[in-house]
Amino acid sequence: MKHTLSVLVQNKPGVLARTAGLFSRRGYNIESLTVGVTENEEVSRMTIVVSGDDTVVEQVTKQLNKLIEVIKVTDLTKESYVRRELVLIKVTAEGINRAEIMQLVDVFRARIVDVAPKSLIIEVTGDQGKIDALNSTLKQFGIKEIARTGTLALGRGAKVIQSSKE
Amino acid sequence: MEINGAKALIESLGREHADTIFGIPGGTVIPIYDELFQQNVVRHYLVRHEQAAAHAADGYARATGKVGVCLATSGPGATNLVTGIATAYMDSVPIVALTAQVPTEFIGNDAFQEANITGITLPITKHSFLVNSAEEIPQTIKEAFYIASTGRPGPVLVDIPKDAQTGTVRFEYPKRVHLPGYQPTYEGHPRQIKRAAAIIAEADRPVIYVGGGAKLSGAVEEVRILAECIAAPVAMTLMAMGTLPAEHPLSLGMLGMHGTKYANYAVTESDLIIAIGARFDDRVTGKIASFAPNAKIMHIDIDPAEIGKNVRVDVPIVGDAKRVLQKLIPLVKNTRTKAWIEKINTWKREYPLTYEESGLKPQFIVTEISRLCPDAVICTEVGQHQMWASQYFSHRDPRNFISSGGLGTMGYGFPASIGAKLGRPNEVVFDLAGDGSFTMNCQELATAVAYDVQVKVAIFNNGYLGMVRQWQEMFFDCRYSETKLSEINFVRLADAFGAHGIRVDRPSEVAPAIKEALATPKPVIMDFRIDPEECVFPMVPAGAALNEIIDTKSGRRSHK
Repeated sequence: MKHTLSVLVQNKPGVLARTAGLFSRRGYNIESLTVGVTENEEVSRMTIVVSGDDTVVEQVTKQLNKLIEVIKVTDLTKESYVRRELVLIKVTAEGINRAEIMQLVDVFRARIVDVAPKSLIIEVTGDQGKIDALNSTLKQFGIKEIARTGTLALGRGAKVIQSSKE
Repeated sequence: MEINGAKALIESLGREHADTIFGIPGGTVIPIYDELFQQNVVRHYLVRHEQAAAHAADGYARATGKVGVCLATSGPGATNLVTGIATAYMDSVPIVALTAQVPTEFIGNDAFQEANITGITLPITKHSFLVNSAEEIPQTIKEAFYIASTGRPGPVLVDIPKDAQTGTVRFEYPKRVHLPGYQPTYEGHPRQIKRAAAIIAEADRPVIYVGGGAKLSGAVEEVRILAECIAAPVAMTLMAMGTLPAEHPLSLGMLGMHGTKYANYAVTESDLIIAIGARFDDRVTGKIASFAPNAKIMHIDIDPAEIGKNVRVDVPIVGDAKRVLQKLIPLVKNTRTKAWIEKINTWKREYPLTYEESGLKPQFIVTEISRLCPDAVICTEVGQHQMWASQYFSHRDPRNFISSGGLGTMGYGFPASIGAKLGRPNEVVFDLAGDGSFTMNCQELATAVAYDVQVKVAIFNNGYLGMVRQWQEMFFDCRYSETKLSEINFVRLADAFGAHGIRVDRPSEVAPAIKEALATPKPVIMDFRIDPEECVFPMVPAGAALNEIIDTKSGRRSHK
């Protein structure tokens, strides 16, 4: 089962290497990892999607918590949360296909952000299901390149993950 | 007042009461050595290999309970510390490893003697710092000592580029640390402690299983009180030997691969395991599926990640062992263990630790050292002699037994014994060694002699890498692949370094040799020429259940 962990860390050099290194050396699989600064510039948020049963995820959480620079680990999967990923897809688009692709882009509420004579770049935001669906629909036209941000997530509602344990 | 970073480092060490450090100078660390030359805050001991600096700091820390400190130059100096840092990490020993680094402007350029030591040591440190400037040094040192010594202790590395050493800082030692992500849990959860007491009250066959965490938390006394109060036997890991004195009627000695039969039988038949500061290592549990199959498991540990890592736990208590036990002891009551203790005493009578008394036996030597120096600090290397030291020394205090348990580092014991002796100069300190292990760091004889550190080394010389030879004998049809060692004259080796050497061939010479070693005001090597094919028994083969014990050379397995 996939778990989405929201990890608040001190915004310091080396913290990414420390966190990512933990996964490889303890043999856990990362599906995706994103990192960026939060509302507090001393704190970064990592959103890590891991697969594994509950015991694996419990160990991952405990091992992450052991890292000195990790402030807080929350398993969002246990609650209601919003999950998004941004994807750029460069798709072959010639002649008659262009119109069809543009229609599909509308249906998926995606956007075209680059237009070239033989290709288009499509920007789409959404959860895994939507992105997979668009992906497979575009396959027939020929996908040239894909870039994905990895999953970003926040818990729903007014509750926040405190960035301080103090 | 503005001072340079190197001086700020030494001032900071002074504030942390780190008065003893071990190291070797080199190119990028010269500014620190230059300041060491001009001060009397810390005493520096020059070792002959950086690995020994790390082990000496570790031995000093284990013997005193303080933080040990080692210092090395960049590149090879720093990488030579790695084995020592990993050793300390596996056994949760608080050390601060200081390394110099090439100037910040050269970092990443493959400069001369550059190594990314914070990267290399990432998996074997509790934490590490790369200092960017002189101003960061006081705060970093404060945090490094704080992290190393609190919670579950461990090694912390501080990498200091040369320009941070020479840059200036207005020195003010910080009063507090800023570590928002680091808040160890010391107090056990009251509800869990109550649950623990309830489960203990219902146990008929409890076993207390103690690891090194008990001594780290200063809970030695509390473990004894708990054991006596509920009349439960105590099995100890290598790290915990002496937590309950060997002579104590409730002591089961060591459990696990080379543990006593009665400890392993007791664990296997128990209905409640009370684990205190222990981590269910594979050398302790044997085959996990058969470990204490009918027992509930209670686990007290300050590191939440240890709980449930290897075995399922029924009552987890995250907290400092001493504080948890202090809360738990007034709540516990158990009057049901009489039959259990009788059964254990029967096992103790039926299956004592024994060996054949013919020729010069290592077990006899350990027994003699124990008889003549019961309060000595015993350091060991790794291998057969380590197990004999654990089994046959009558341990009384876990701080007096210093051994590389988790990593199993050959070459650890001798430099560690130098650190231990410097930390506790008024006590007798032994390094029990194998001939293989001792030669891995025997260059430190120079250090011992130079500073007159009067460590007594007892080499159990069988001319083999004995533990591997034992496995080859038992599991690889006696194919002794690369385990026969060439002859070394250790008496002359001692002599060459200015130490004292004694060769011992017969049992009758053992006690006189130990007495001579104690009476000689020098580092001493005793070269005990032991029976070369003696094996360590009892033995639970790797991956077998704890009650599948081999106890003789013929490989007869007794299964219970």
